[in-house]
Parts: sequence; structure tokens; C-alpha cells
Amino acid sequence: MNKKLLRSVREYKRQSFLTPVLVALEVLMEVLIPLLMANIIDVGIMNGDMSYIMKMGLLLVLMAMVALFFGAKAGQLAAIASAGYAKNLRHDIFYKIQDFSFGNIDHFSTPGLVTRLTTDITNVQMAYMFTIRLLARAPIMIVLSLIMTMTISMPIAIMMLITIPILGGALIFIAKKAHPHFIQVFDEYDILNNSVQENVNAARVVKAYVREDYENEKFGKISTVVFNLFTRAEKIVAWNSPVMQFTVYTVVIVMVLIGGESIIRGTMLTGELTSVIVYALQILMSLMMVSFVFVMIMIAEASTDRISEVLDEVPEMVDVETAEKEVANGDIDFEHVNFSYSGKGGNLSLKDVNLHIKSGQIIGVIGGTGSAKSTLVQLIPRLYDVTEGCVKVGGVDVRDYNLKALRDQVSMVLQKNVLFTGSIYENIRWGDENATDEEVQRVCRLAQADSFIQEFPAKYDTMIVEGGNNVSGGQKQRLCIARALLKKPKILILDDSTSAVDTKTDALIRQAFREEIPDTTKIIIAQRISSVEDADMIIVMDDGEINGIGTSEELLKTNDIYREVYESQMKGGADNE
Amino acid sequence: MSKQEKPRINAGTIKTAKRLLRYVTGTYKVQFIVVIFCILMSSVASISVSLSLKYLLDDYIIPLIGQENPNYSELYMALTVLGIIFLLGVIATFVYSRMMVVIGQGVLKRVRDEMFEHMQKLPIRYFDQNTTGSIMSLYTNDTDTLRQMINQSIPQVLMSAFTIVVTFISMLMLSPILTALAVLMIVVMTFVSKVVAGNSGKYFIRQQVDLAAVTGFAEERMNGQRVVKVFNHEKISEKEFDELNEKLFESAANAHTFASIMGPIIGNLGNLQFVLTAVLGGFLSVAGIGNMTLGTIASYLQFTKSFTQPFMQIAQQFNSIIMALAGAERIFNMMDEEPEKDEGYVTLVNAKKDADGNIVECRERTGMWAWKHPHQADGTITYTELKGDVRFYDMTFGYTPDHMVLHDLTLYAKPGQKLAFVGSTGAGKTTITNLINRFYDVDDGKIRYDDININKIKKADLRRSLGIVLQDTHLFTGTIKENIRYGKLDATDEEVVNAAKLAHADGFIRMLPNGYDTHLSGDGEELSQGQRQLLAIARAAIADPPVLILDEATSSIDTRTESIVQKGMDNLMKGRTVFVIAHRLSTIRNSDAIMVLEHGRIIERGTHEELLALKGTYYQLYTGKLELS
Repeated sequence: MNKKLLRSVREYKRQSFLTPVLVALEVLMEVLIPLLMANIIDVGIMNGDMSYIMKMGLLLVLMAMVALFFGAKAGQLAAIASAGYAKNLRHDIFYKIQDFSFGNIDHFSTPGLVTRLTTDITNVQMAYMFTIRLLARAPIMIVLSLIMTMTISMPIAIMMLITIPILGGALIFIAKKAHPHFIQVFDEYDILNNSVQENVNAARVVKAYVREDYENEKFGKISTVVFNLFTRAEKIVAWNSPVMQFTVYTVVIVMVLIGGESIIRGTMLTGELTSVIVYALQILMSLMMVSFVFVMIMIAEASTDRISEVLDEVPEMVDVETAEKEVANGDIDFEHVNFSYSGKGGNLSLKDVNLHIKSGQIIGVIGGTGSAKSTLVQLIPRLYDVTEGCVKVGGVDVRDYNLKALRDQVSMVLQKNVLFTGSIYENIRWGDENATDEEVQRVCRLAQADSFIQEFPAKYDTMIVEGGNNVSGGQKQRLCIARALLKKPKILILDDSTSAVDTKTDALIRQAFREEIPDTTKIIIAQRISSVEDADMIIVMDDGEINGIGTSEELLKTNDIYREVYESQMKGGADNE
Repeated sequence: MSKQEKPRINAGTIKTAKRLLRYVTGTYKVQFIVVIFCILMSSVASISVSLSLKYLLDDYIIPLIGQENPNYSELYMALTVLGIIFLLGVIATFVYSRMMVVIGQGVLKRVRDEMFEHMQKLPIRYFDQNTTGSIMSLYTNDTDTLRQMINQSIPQVLMSAFTIVVTFISMLMLSPILTALAVLMIVVMTFVSKVVAGNSGKYFIRQQVDLAAVTGFAEERMNGQRVVKVFNHEKISEKEFDELNEKLFESAANAHTFASIMGPIIGNLGNLQFVLTAVLGGFLSVAGIGNMTLGTIASYLQFTKSFTQPFMQIAQQFNSIIMALAGAERIFNMMDEEPEKDEGYVTLVNAKKDADGNIVECRERTGMWAWKHPHQADGTITYTELKGDVRFYDMTFGYTPDHMVLHDLTLYAKPGQKLAFVGSTGAGKTTITNLINRFYDVDDGKIRYDDININKIKKADLRRSLGIVLQDTHLFTGTIKENIRYGKLDATDEEVVNAAKLAHADGFIRMLPNGYDTHLSGDGEELSQGQRQLLAIARAAIADPPVLILDEATSSIDTRTESIVQKGMDNLMKGRTVFVIAHRLSTIRNSDAIMVLEHGRIIERGTHEELLALKGTYYQLYTGKLELS
């Protein structure tokens, strides 16, 4: 198993090491018990010696209790160790994701991460449990049983010594042979699941285009591939049992031959022959267990790799100890900024952007789909690092700040708004967990959210469901703005965050900004001209470049794009106002 | 933890098990019989190991003890017979192992395929009422447990059960009295394993619940990971996650503890039984009760040693069987969901006018469509030209009976008109489109399409006549080309490009590294929401539908691009009916009629100019005095 991943065992090392020890003791009992049984039969019963039977019987019961204790305890410890290991892995993955930068997040899909947290970790957990329980058991059982066999019959012991590597080799050969097929199966399984998920999510599209048969056919093809691959993989594994049985039976026959002869010559007792057979079976069963665990580990390996992928992901941004913790003011400067999502040499999303914004200004950003408006502002709270050039906040390069300090001062309302399960209070307090009820209500008033919250029966204690789907789009946006305001940031960025809010409310929000947080730099991305019209400065983005900068009036004179958008929106509307 | 949470076998479980068995016997009747036969054969061989030993010793080995020149030939003969039995056993094992693979995977494939096909037949209501996660779980978790059960548990249990029977009979033949003791032990073992399995089952269920909580939390936080970062909320998320994670750890540790102590408990109960049997047997034979020789007891004890093994194996399968049957029940529940009903018989055909001006059906696409209406009464067929005349009469509808979304809605869309709906979230706009293409059926009132009641039109044909672009664009894994072609499977590359141009998507597509062959995965996450919408429009455009529904189809596209797209669509749809739902009033300004909806009722209707002159709700919306949400 992956060594690095095993580091996550941590505080469950004790259980992990203790399990094999207890298993060893349990196995010792299990090896001794048949010996005792043989004695009871050969000596006690055959001679009708009741007191011997009682004595040995008592001893056996005692040993059984010891075995039970060790066995049960080992089972418990193994369960705790493996569940604990799984817990730590989940912990590590989740914590790792918290360290991810936006760039890292882009590398993984949410379903992919969730699969890692669930199925993959469960696979590893099971493999780990069986490993610490059975991998210790098998060698100990084999060695002890062999020793016992030796004391009874050397020739049989030698035969076993020859058989073990042959059978072991055969079983491992089978497992190795099957492994690549299983890997293939799991890949194809992902495709199958993906197809189901798409069809569930896009049920309306499938129906609207009457593509049910088409999808059935597509699914049928994948499902056939899965069937074929899985059958092939499992058919290889299906060799296990017959090979195993063949070996067992051969060993039994040979043993009866050797043992029978010894008995006839008087060098072996009948009870001893049965004991030897029991030991031989135990040895072979142990090998079977090893191969079983082996297959399990190999299946878990695919999962291990996927987990390692997350844990090995290097966070693109690491905080420096000596980093600046104070943001002086809300000045923002872009100096010859080039940016590409795929790093140096990639397609540039931003090209040579120069921009100087004074603390307290209101800045509007406007531009078409894909003009890189969001990309531009995401560089300010350092959600991504510039590819070339630099972005400064408060006169200091954003890369020189402590990340937490920077983001505490740069509040951003993302285009893809997300509220979380919990009350409105809890959601708003994401901005500041220590905020009083009054403060929460104040920012909600600023964001024009208080009025509709008051209309809810439970007011601020109203529960938001997952994804915030029980409030309307406009309400959601205003709650998100309130949440951002509670941070009392030096810079506030709204990325198309009032699109579902009516123009009147939109204007009220902007008015509140101007009056209540005059020193905060406000950057507003919008589709609607009215949202940015009264800004101190409007930036027109086009295809990753600044196409024009100025006030609305200036741009109307100088900028074609702005004028075109302006006219398309104001035409008609203006006549009636 | 209440009693109900313990896994238990009830009538439902047995019904599920029977139904599952039918899947096995249905397709693989012969194979399954062969499998059972082979399992029996294989069990015979494996039981022979302990059974034969007594006879080998008593009849062939012990008599030879002390002989000068022992004659081994009889022993060899006996061993040869045994060897043949063993060989047959190995072959039987080989055969059933491989057959079980095919049967198991075959059943799984059939279950999956049937599940998928049935899912495609289910009404939209099913998808609206169940989360993606829970539906997905049927295909993953539940099918996986089924595989486990079919491949491992069924052969294992069959084999163990058979071994128990044979061993039991042999024991009974040797000594009825001692067997009574064995029966007593079986009762004890059954009781103990029921208690242990019950406990572990309880914790396994709790583990599933805790796992779901962890998954749910993680999923929500990961979806909002960007917000988490922007708000420096990492530490708090971690703390909350740790709490849930700890709970899961506890239930998982308990579940597996109980599951793994089962083995030692049963095994050592077996040891106890051995001792008790030895003591009782010794006592009986010494006291001369039951006519038992010491040899009989010795052989009997040999059986006792291996007697517990099959019990242990069955007990170990208990959890996986219960879990698999629970999964199977969920799967069957889905398969038993009522499929979408379709009693329609009017179909959509390509049509042209013959010399006399009559509409006749034709194979090729003419740009003219007709409804083919067979009349049951006299067997005649009439053709009605598809015009896109959609009328709603006194329509009332609610997703649940206690909450009506639309009330007494009456409206007409004349052919070639562009009809727009405006209103807040929940006003019922999307519901109207859901009813036109019969994702849902009206409760009261009716919809007539070219003067045909839409209930008479075959659903597939009805939907084929309606192009629809939804706000949530869903793309499929595959290339961009394939995604656009989804609207018309036999479209040429040229048609694809033309559709993309019309949707103003051509430009950005060409910018992508592989252009039209760029591979999209997971709903097109590589693209922006606006770009996805453009693709969805291209997909609808290539279908070239007689009637088009645009439900917030351009909400994420900037106004400039939108107006370009709109011009293209207007050209395409010239003379055809279009329904538009939009937030942005600029999108719908040039509609022939605008309906303002509020709480499921039309409160205003008219053209843009008429509505503005009315100075009502629309006017307020348009001038920004009212919020649409």
C-alpha cells in the first residue's frame, strides 16, 4: 500500500500494531486447540479416561476463551484502526482542499472529490482492515502450523514446504493477471456512472429532443463494455477456487498415502494424521486469505492513487511567514498584467492590463461574454496569480500579503452565488463570525435585504436550504452582498451580483455604498448600464483587453462598444422615464 | 436507536429476494441449474475430506497395522476413487465459478439496462422529486452490493447450507443423542449471531446515515469552495467537517467491530461444543448409555470440529445479503415507478402540398409539417398542417394538489407570433412551458395545438415539434460538434457550423484549441455559462423546430451578444411560433404579445407599447420601479 498515504494512520498506530500482536496470540491458541482436541480423542476418548477428558476439556474451554478474547479484541482494534485511518484520510483530503487555491480547485470536479471522500476511502479502509487482521494471521498461522507438522511428520512438513510457494505463486499470478483488467473496469465504470448522471441532470433535454432511444443505445453500449470487461476480469479471479481446491485435494491424498504408511509402520498415530490434515488445511486457507487480501489491496490501489492525487496536489499559493498583514488602503494598481489560466505560454485571458484605482472610488466594469471581466477582478483578492506583471493593493504587491489578511480586506461577491444550509444569521455571519445581531441587520439594510427578511415568518432565523434555492435570485444576491459587507472590507467587488435585482433597489444599494462606506473601493461588474452609469470610472473590457476607460459621458463619446451597449439598453426605456 | 432500524427479514425482503432470483432464473435457467448441481458436487468433494478419513483409517489403514507385508492395493484403490471424487469436485468448482461470473455480471447488466431504460420512460416529476445523488446511488452503491451478493453470498450460502445438511445427517447417523447437543448448539449459535448481526446491522445503517451527512456537507462546501476561500472560512469549515467525520468514525468502528467479532465468537462456540460433546460422549460411553463405542465418539468429534465452519460462513454473509436486498428493493422501487403515460395517436410527419393543394405525407424534409390524425370511427386519416397555433383554455395546474401554480389561464399564440412571459420566480412561467410539451399534464382545462387537443398527440411527436432551450443548460460528454448535433443526429458538419454561427457560438468555438472537436466533459465545465447557453441555442437551432420555447435561454449572455443571437433566431423562426421567458425585458421587447404573470394569473397582456401605455406592472418593471426575482 502507498507508504505516504499510510502516514495518515497517525494516532491509530497503536491499534494498528496491537492488532497483529493479538491476532498472533489468537492464532497460537487456534493452533494449539486442534492439538488438544487430538489428545482428547486419542488419549481421553480412546481410553475412556473421563478425568483426562474433563481436565483437557477444561483447558480447551479456557484456551477457547483466551482465543475468543484475543480474537474479539483484535477485531475491535482492527475496526477502530481502519475506521480511524479512514477518518484521518477524509480529514486530510478535506483540509487539503481548504488549502487549495482557485487554480487547484479547477483541477478537480466536485463529484470527483466526493467519490474520493466516500467510495475510494471505503475501499482503502476495508483493505487496511483486512491487511492488519489477515496479513499477520496468515504468516503466523503458516509458520506455527508448519512447526506443528514437523513435530509430527517431517516428510509431510517437507511436502508442505514445497506446496506453499507453488500455490502462493499461482494465486499471486492470478491476482496480478487480473489487476490491469480491474483497473480498466473501474475506468469504464466511471464512464457508465457519468452517463447516468448526465441523463438524470439533463432529463428535460433528453425528453425535449426525444432522444430516449438514442441515450438507451449509448448506455447499452457502455453497459456491454462494462459487462465484457468485468466478466473477463472476474473469470481470471475465478481460477482461484479450483486451483486452491486442486492443491488441497492433492495434498490430502498424498498425506493419506504418506501418513497411512507411517501409521501402518507404527511411526504415527491415527489422531496425528487428522491433526496433520487440519494443519495442512490451515496453511492452505491462510494462503487463500493472502491472495484475497492481495486482490483487495490491488483494487484499493486505484483508490489510493486517486486519493494521493488530491493529497499530492501542490497548493499554488503558499503564505509566507514574513508576509505583510496590514492593508493600508483600497488603492488598486494593475501593472502590465498578463494572465493565463494555464500558466506561462498558455492562451492569454488578460493582455497587458494597466489600471490605477484610488481608494474609495466606485468603478464599473462592463464587457461582453468572455471579455475577461471576472478574470480581471479575481486577481485583486489573489484568487489567481498573475502570469506576468503585478497587481498591487494599498501599494503592495498582492503576493507579498498574508492571504487571509488580504482577503479579509478584499471582499468579493462572486458571480456564482452560493448560500449554505443554515439560518440567514449564520449565512451572513460568514463575513464576521463575531458580529452581533444588530450588525447583521445593519448590513442587511445596506444591501436592501432587511425588508424581505422581515417578511419571512422566522425573519433572520429563516433556514436557507442547500444552494439557497428557497429564496429568489434577487434575494439571494442581496444576501450575498450583505455577507460581503459584514467583513467591513477596504475593497468590495461585486461580480455581476445585482443582475436579478430591480434597478430601483440596485440604485438604493449603490447609494448606501456611497453614503455608508465611502472609503471602501467598490468595483461593480454589470451587464446593465444603469448599474455602472454613475461610477467614477467605467472600464470597458473586450477580449481580455481594456477597450476604454472613463466616465459614462466620456465613453459615450469615445468608445464604440460602450455606446452600442448603452443605446441597446436605453433605447425605449429612456423615452418613458 | 429504535427497533425498526435493525435490519430484519420481512415479507418485503422475501419478495425482493424472489424477484431478484427471477432475474437469475429468467435468463440463466439452465446455467443456474448447472451451477447448483456443480456447487453440490463441489460440496460433496469438500465434505469427502473429513468423511472419507474415518473410512480410510478404519477400513484400509488400521487393519494393515502390524502386518509383515501390508497389501496397499486396496488403499490405493480407495484413494483413486477419492481422487476421482476430488477431481470432479475441482472441475465442478471451476465450472460454477466461471458460470457465476457470467450469471452475476449478466444479471447486473440486465438490471442496469432495465433500470436505465425505465428511467428514460419516467415522467419529469420523478427527476424533480429525487435528487441526482439518490438516483445515482441506485446505479453505484446498490448495484455494487448486488454484485457482491450474487457472486459471493449465493454460492457461499448454498455451499454452506449443503455442507451443514450432509454433516448433520452424518452426525445423526453416528449418534442421535450427541446430535441433540449439536442442535442445542445450533440454536445458541443462531441466537448469538442474530444478536451480533443485529447490532452490527444497526451500526451499518447508522454508518450509512453518517456517511451521507459527511458526503452532503462536503459536497455543499466543495461546490461553494470559492466562497469559502473568499471569506477565509476554511478553519470553520474544517471544524464542522471534523465533527461529522468523528461521528462517522464512531459508527463505522462499531459496525466493523461487531462484524469482525462474529467469527471468533462462533468459532469458539464451536470449540465449546467440541468439549461438551467429548465430555458427554465420554460419560455416555463409560456409563454404557446409547450403545456408543469410543470409536464412534472419536469419529463424531471429527465432524464437530468442522461443523461450525459453514455456520460462520453463513453468518459472515448475513450483512452483505441484508444490505444487498435493501439495495435491490430500492432498485425495484424505481423500476416500479409509473412510467410516463402516452395515449396520443396523432403523429407528426413531413408534408408537402400536391398539385391540388392537398397536404400529403412525404419522407424528405420540406420545411412543412403536418399532423397525421387517424380517425378510429371510420378508419380515415386526415392531415392538418402544423402552424404553431397554441391555445390554452381555462388551464389550472399545481405540482401538488394542495398548491395550485396556475389558475384559469387562457391564452392564444397565433402562428408566427412571438409570445413572451414576464413575471417573478414562482409566477408560473416555466410551468407553462412544462405543460406545453407535457412534462406535466394539466389538472383542469385543455391545451389545443393547431386545434388538436395535445393529449391526443403522441408525446414524442409533440416534443419533436417543439424546440426548447432552458436556462440550466445541460451538455453531454463528447465533442462540441456532437453536442450541437444532439438536436439533429444526421446533421452534416456544415449544418453544425451554420447553427453555431446563427447562435453566435462559432467565434468562441474556433478559438478553442480543437475547435469543433473540443471535448467537453461534465456538463461542459470548461466553458462559461454564457458560452454554454450559446451552444444550447445552436443545438436547438439545428433541430429547426416548428415551434420554439426559450426559457431564460440568454440570461447569462451579455446584451450585445444577445441581440445578435436574437436576430439570428428571429430569422430562423420567421413565420413560426416562439415562446420566450426572460428576465431581461430588453430580450422580449419586440414580442408580438407579452403576458405579465403574477401568482399564476395573467395580469396584463399586450405589446410592449400597449403595456407601457397601460402604466401598470409592466411599466413599473420596465422603468425599474419593480424587481423581478
